[in-house]
Amino acid sequence: MTTSSSPVWQYRTRKQTLLRWLGWFWLVALTVFCWQLMNENTIWAFVSDAPAQAADIGSRMFPPAWSYVGELWQPLWDTINIATLGTLLGIMIAVPVAFLAASNTTPSVRFVRPLALLIIVASRSINALIWALLLVAIIGPGLLAGIIAIGLRSIGFVAKLLYEAIEEIDVTQVEAVRATGASGAQVIDYAIVPQILPAFWGISVFRWDINIRESTILGLVGAGGLGIQLNASLATLAWNQVATIFLLILGTVVVSEWVSARVRQAVL
Amino acid sequence: MLKLENVSKTYKTGDKALQGIRFEVPAGQVVGLIGPSGAGKSSLIRCINRLVEPTAGSILLGDTDLTRLNGRSLRQARRRIGMIFQEYALVERLTVMENVLSGRLGYVPAWRSFLRRYSPEDIGQAFALLEKVGLADHYNKRADALSGGQRQRVGIARALEQNPELLLVDEPTASLDPKTSRQIMRLIRGACQERSLPAIINIHDVMLAQQFSDRIIGLRNGEVVFDGAPDELTNEVLTRIYGDEDWTQLRGQESSEESTDGSSDAPSVDLAEGV
Repeated sequence: MTTSSSPVWQYRTRKQTLLRWLGWFWLVALTVFCWQLMNENTIWAFVSDAPAQAADIGSRMFPPAWSYVGELWQPLWDTINIATLGTLLGIMIAVPVAFLAASNTTPSVRFVRPLALLIIVASRSINALIWALLLVAIIGPGLLAGIIAIGLRSIGFVAKLLYEAIEEIDVTQVEAVRATGASGAQVIDYAIVPQILPAFWGISVFRWDINIRESTILGLVGAGGLGIQLNASLATLAWNQVATIFLLILGTVVVSEWVSARVRQAVL
Repeated sequence: MLKLENVSKTYKTGDKALQGIRFEVPAGQVVGLIGPSGAGKSSLIRCINRLVEPTAGSILLGDTDLTRLNGRSLRQARRRIGMIFQEYALVERLTVMENVLSGRLGYVPAWRSFLRRYSPEDIGQAFALLEKVGLADHYNKRADALSGGQRQRVGIARALEQNPELLLVDEPTASLDPKTSRQIMRLIRGACQERSLPAIINIHDVMLAQQFSDRIIGLRNGEVVFDGAPDELTNEVLTRIYGDEDWTQLRGQESSEESTDGSSDAPSVDLAEGV
């Protein structure tokens, strides 16, 4: 038995190994560089008393101002409305965009699809808070600005996940419905919609769940909801009120998460 | 009657799937289309209802040249052609009834099919067909709750709901056990006889093809290399279609299978008789 004659198998070629080492080296170098940069821009005097500061704010937060809850129900209701109506608005626009963006349903891969993808990217690239900032400037402060901000931000999210679902459908079912002489609208109705419906409900409820969280802070820029109270409490250093708001947001998010989990379970 | 003249299909990749196919299928004739994988059987069937575009030639169904149609007229021609698929191709999340009624889509305006408001005649026919394929009690079940054999029965009912003039059948038994396969073939054959429907059945199982067709067409590399009666399928012909293989031994095994299967046929006859 000579070892030289037995066939050699290597997981990676020499070149691949070298490239991987280079990649890791680059990552470590970047980390060291960033660490240095961070150290230069930090005022260590502030960091050193951080535990004391945290303890101080923590003690001011406790006990939460329970009586303040009475003033929060209306803003909470506004927040839920912003999230729900905004999600509906987003879905209404996202569904047609998704069909235009999916490569198997788009009327034109060259012209319409890039446009639909652009809408999706534009909507996704801007945070709801920034949308709200713009909209408050354009249509004034209030619920409407919040609803539209949430709606605009939701388009991209819902449309992207939905068009991916459309692209993954089983084409033989589509072929079978087409073979009966069905029109384009009927093919969508009978072959595509039934296949993407579970994904549609899952995505919509998930987005609604996210929107509840996002709409709690929109008030910071004047777009209605709990954020207005949060802003006011922060400005007056009323930390025990801030704590109450935090707890209320936490409760709301837990409930919305529970609802969304139940809905997703029901449609699968 | 179906008439194919010089039908050819060349895919964009340059693969010549079909070359100068010509044959006629008279009313009521069941044609078994056999050939090795990749011989063009699926392409041929799909060229007829234009799920695949033929590159050349003409396909006449009655007086209509199917290759010249577009848009609405193509859809109107498609509704005259029923198709049964490999792996059933039912819409899994719709009910059995919706799947059968989808056979009427070509006849019904979109708003009616959207609201699932089909005419009483359409619904009556759907119930009658489900009765015939032995699924009368399952009409409200979702298609994905059925077994393979049951799903293919729904597939047959969907195709017949179209009241077709031609039946295209693509590997109907590919994922079914031998007994269910025979029941399904018997059902298809019965329907063709009752309605004097011509049918083209793609099939891998040569014994099944011989047993249930009036005529066999053998395809190899996109060309017809055999066209004749089922009992003319000699070892020499099989070699011409598929290439060298010990056909005698294969036949020996299958014919003994046949004889044992014959006795177990009795309980399933009720299903075949109805259609």
